[in-house]
Parts: sequence; C-alpha cells; structure tokens
Amino acid sequence: MSIKFSGARRSVSAGLAALALAALTTGAASAAAPPTKTINTTGLKVTDSEVYVGQLHSATGTMAISETGSIQAEQLAIDQINATGGILGRKIKVIQEDGASDWPTFAEKAKKLLVQDKVAAVFGCWTSASRKAVLPVFEKENGLLYYPTFYEGLEQSKNVFYTGQEATQQIIAGLDWIAKTKGAKSFYLVGSDYIWPRTSNKIARKHIENVLHGTVVGEEYYPLGHTQFGSLINKIKLKKPDVIYSIVVGGSNVAWWKQLKAAGLTAEKQTILTISVTEDEVLGIGGENMVGHYSAMKYFESMENDNNKKFVAAFKAKYGPTAVIGDVTQAAYEGPWLWKMAVEKAGSFDVDKVVAASPNLEFTGAPEGYVKIHPNHHLWSKLVIGQWGANGQAKVLYQSGLIEPNPFPKGYQ
Amino acid sequence: MDGVGVGEFGSILLMQGFNGLSVFSVLVLMALGLAIIFGQMGVINMAHGEFLTIGAYTTYMLSQLTTNYFPSAQPYYFFVAIVVSFLLGGLAGYFVELVLIRHLYKRPLDSLLATWGLSLIMQQLFRSTFGAKEVSATLPDWLLGSWQPTGTIDIPLNGLFVMALTILLTFGVWLFMYRSRAGLQMRATTQNRVIAGAVGINTARVDRMTFAIGCGIAGVAGAAFTTIGSTGPTSGSLYIVDAFLTVVFGGAQSLLGTLASAFSIAQTNSTLEFFLTGSSAKVITLLSIIIILMIRPQGLFSVKVRK
Repeated sequence: MSIKFSGARRSVSAGLAALALAALTTGAASAAAPPTKTINTTGLKVTDSEVYVGQLHSATGTMAISETGSIQAEQLAIDQINATGGILGRKIKVIQEDGASDWPTFAEKAKKLLVQDKVAAVFGCWTSASRKAVLPVFEKENGLLYYPTFYEGLEQSKNVFYTGQEATQQIIAGLDWIAKTKGAKSFYLVGSDYIWPRTSNKIARKHIENVLHGTVVGEEYYPLGHTQFGSLINKIKLKKPDVIYSIVVGGSNVAWWKQLKAAGLTAEKQTILTISVTEDEVLGIGGENMVGHYSAMKYFESMENDNNKKFVAAFKAKYGPTAVIGDVTQAAYEGPWLWKMAVEKAGSFDVDKVVAASPNLEFTGAPEGYVKIHPNHHLWSKLVIGQWGANGQAKVLYQSGLIEPNPFPKGYQ
Repeated sequence: MDGVGVGEFGSILLMQGFNGLSVFSVLVLMALGLAIIFGQMGVINMAHGEFLTIGAYTTYMLSQLTTNYFPSAQPYYFFVAIVVSFLLGGLAGYFVELVLIRHLYKRPLDSLLATWGLSLIMQQLFRSTFGAKEVSATLPDWLLGSWQPTGTIDIPLNGLFVMALTILLTFGVWLFMYRSRAGLQMRATTQNRVIAGAVGINTARVDRMTFAIGCGIAGVAGAAFTTIGSTGPTSGSLYIVDAFLTVVFGGAQSLLGTLASAFSIAQTNSTLEFFLTGSSAKVITLLSIIIILMIRPQGLFSVKVRK
C-alpha cells in the first residue's frame, strides 16, 4: 500500500514538472517563434522546437578523401546557427546519410531524406556524377540542395543552390592574370579524363585562343588513377609552353606533382597554374612538391579578413589544430548560412518560398569575404590566386573583383 | 617545336628512354609480390593493392616519427621504412593466409570474391585509422628533385631509386626461389603438391610462407611508391590492374615472364604516350595485350606444370 502511494505521488510530481516544462517551452517558443503551421505548409519535418535537415556526402569509399571536409564544415555552420538560437526559433537537427562514393546510393538516400524524412533542406554531394544522380529526385520531390563543389557549369535547377564556383568564374580571371603577369602566350592543357576537366579546358582553350590570342600547344587527358606522368612531362619539355594549365585530380594528382618536381620542372623553370589543388590536396602531395606553383580558387585558408580568421579558429577548435580548410570546405560552410538567411527572409521553410527569397541575398559574413546569390542560383564571387609554400599554405597574390556566375557561357561551348 | 635544338631533342629522347625503364621498374615492383602469390599458389589476391598501402602508411608513420623525435635520422629513415614495410606486410599476409586464404585453395572463384571483400575491409580500416584524407611522407632531400648530368637532361632521383630497389629485390627473389631450400620447396609444391607432401614438405607451411613473402614484397613496393605516388586509403588499388596485367601477360609461373612482360608493356606504353595521347596509348597497349593473350593464352613464358 505504502509502495503504491509513493508511486502515485512520484507520478503526480513528475506530471507537474512536465506541465511546468511544457508551459515554459511553449511560452518561450511563442515569444520567439511563429507557429509551425504558418511556416510549414508542405508537410516538412518541422516541429515547434526543431527543423530537420539532411546531410548527404560520402563518409566512406574513395570520395571520403574529399567530402570529409564538407561534412565537417556544414556541421560547424549548423552548430554555430544553433548556438545563436537556430532558425525561426527552431534548432536544426541533422539526419546524416552516407552516399558511400556510389552514385545510385546517392539517389536512393536523397529519396529517403526527401520522402521519408521530409527534411527541409539537404547539404550534400561533391562530384558532378553524384549531383547528376540526385538531381531528378530533388526536382520530382521539390527538395532543396546546397551543393558546395566548384564544377563545370552547364546546369541550373530551381531545386539546387551552387555555393562553389562554376567554370567560367574559376578559369577566365585566372588565365587573364597569368597572361598579364607572366606575359604567357603558349599553354599546355592537362587533365584527368572526365567531364569537369574536359569542359573546363574547353572554356580555357576558347579564352586563350579568342580573347588572349595565345596558342594551346597541347591538350591531354589521362585516366583517373593514372600514376605515370614521365612521358607527358617529356612531351611538355619538347613543347616548352609558357604555362602548364593543370586539372588533374585524385591520386593521379599526387603522382603528377611529385613527378614534375622529380623531372626538374620546379616553379623557377616552369609556370604552372592549376584549378584542382586546394589545401586538402597539398596534404597528400606534400608542400615541398608544390613550392611556388599557382592555384586559382575563390578561397584559401590564409586569406586575411576577420570573417575568415574567426572561421579558421572555430574550425580548428572543433577539428584539431592540424585540420586544413580548402576551397570546397569553405563553400560547404556557406550552405547552411545561406539557407538560414533565405528562410528568415521568406518567413517560411516551404521550399518554393525559400527559393523565391534567395536571389540577391547578400552574405557578408562569408569567410571568403562577401557573396551574393545570383538569380541563376550560383554565387557572385571573387577569384583568388594563391602561390603555394612548403608549409602547405598558399600566399594570396591577387583577388579579382566580384565575378558574375555564368553557367551557360556564350561563345565558350 | 620552336626553341628546341637538335641537342635538346636528343636529351628529351634520352629522358624518354629513361622514363620507359622507370615505368618498367614500377611495373616489376608492383607485380613481383603478385607473381609469387598468383604464380606459385594460383590465388587471385584482389587485396594485393592494400598490402602496398600497408607499406605506404608504414613509411608515412616512420617519416612522422623521425621528423618529430629523431630529426637527425631523417635522411636515412627510408631504408628502415623499407625493412619495416616488408615485415608488416608479411605479417599481415601471414595472418590473412591463416584466417582466410587457406580455406579457399580449392575454390578459386570464392577466393577472388573473398579477397575483394578483404580489400574493401582493409581500405575502410585505413580510413578509420588514418583518416580519409591523403597523407604525405616527408621524403629525405636526396630523394627529391633530379640529377642533371648536362644542362638539358633531368633524371628523376626517385625514379633512379625505384629502379635500384627493383633490381635488388628481383635479385633477392631470384636467389630465394632458385638458390634456397625454402624456394626449392615452394617450387616443388607448385609443381606437384601431392608428391611434395609425400617427400616430407609441409605444404601448408610453405603456402603460408609464400603468401607472407608475396605480401611483404608488396609492402616494400608500397614504401617505394610513396616517392612517386599518393598515400591514401585507396592508393594501393590504383596499381592492382596493372599488376595483374603484368603477371598474366608474362605467364603466371615464370619470374622471367614477369620481367619480360613488364618490359614490353612499359616500353610500348611509354613510346606510344610520347607520340599519341595518354588515353589512346593505354587503349592500344591493352588491345595488343588482349590480342597476344588470345593467340597465346598461357602468356609470354610458361612453365610446364602437372595439373
């Protein structure tokens, strides 16, 4: 009997506490946040205190090498947004899915996130192949994807925001710079054999021939995973180009730079400009093999501005002092922030309203400086030239003005 | 071709010749361990690349260790790395044979699948241990850059090093296989397992040692390849196709066949690459290998084996 009584008392007091807590939270929520039914009319997973988003990268498989940085940066941004009160009074909850470097898996997981989990936005993908695999899913289910990688362009979707640069932003200003500062006239284009290097080199060739009035003395592609570049290096020595323009990726990239150095093509003897080496790649290549060579990107970890100093400090505090930040990592960090701004401007999590609110949004807190969303869903951004040092960090030599994104460049296709 | 004189053109041809030899040594180095395992034991080891990766990560760890604690030993750590890579690769091979391979000798197709699974497991293990990102072993200065006998000739030092190592290792394998008692037992087991067992050879032990030595050699190759390639969870898998190609083309049981095959593949590919594009050179090389294997399925050299 006494046992039963105390049991009842416990449940009464627990009930009272729960009631008080509920009163407290609803009080807080109603003060700060609008009611859920007004900001979510399409059945997304939004509660009075939480909003669910998806993260879809490769945490395993060959692409984990590149996508790990993006996963980390997005999580950092989400943590920071939650620490300052979340979005419309709701904390962001992440549902993380692993694309496992396999494109059909990406499509399957995208469908799961949109149909089953009803996430309000997805931050994810890295390769163009994975983006092309999920695109039909996002368009059919009317989802929202923030895609971080610089890529070949030739794409624009209502359901995707591209936070990395499209090809013309990364290529044209870089070629202009190298032509002007080095007086370069002859170029040798080298790339891995798939869509991004081939499309990018097509743009580069048009620009070199039609605008800079230079010549392309060679253009070559090697299979992904190719490890022997001796013949190519000798061919380059035969042609003596002013500039080697390099878009080699992955494990090949490491072999390529190590063998360039071993063949005596150091920065004193040969100017090389690349759009496929960030701080992440230099970890694998080794700073000593990159000394003096140039990368054209929109971001380098060493950029001197207050936004970036704060970002780098926060990133290293969370992931350790030896963590490095490359271009795509920074672009991935922008995704959650751009989404937050659009949601707040729209006053709603509805995908259509968020998309409609996005054009011309300005993000002044970006580590790269300032970015603005273009109506074509890409970002206005600058081009930065960095020169690599033995410590694996780049010295910023040049920053262009803001460049308009142009995913379907006329005269370059 | 403006700006390139006759002398310089000669230098470039010379460097291209060296490049062919350098590719040859790389192929031999990656195929040598496989030639022993596949050639002597008939095991299709799809995880061979991951044993290379063991060597590469061993080199990376020793490089970190010397840079942080014994900076004065930095110029010499690479030799230690090669020996340790051999031991660790061999040790890993020993256990893999014990746990997995020995149960699959009579089921070659299953061993293909099982070792492929093993390669995925090992890749994920590397990723969980060392992180997904590629790392880079700090190479000693004497391995960086090029040797310049004249103003226009650059001979890559890492290429020379790999070449020297390949010669030493090939000689070592030859000594072991054809001049040592253990090698004799190994060849006896390959040629006729039943009779070898009948004359008192412990064939199960021979298998285990053979597999371990093959994996140890893969470890050495992995260590050497840190000078010319990448070190990451999937780096070893970059070499697996070329390694199998070399061994199969050469004729599985023959050491000489592996050498001849590596030489012809390297020279063909390197010459074609110089005059054509990289992708088409690869296509023509592979096509010729296929045609030759259609005419001569046993490969370039073959040893008579009692099946």
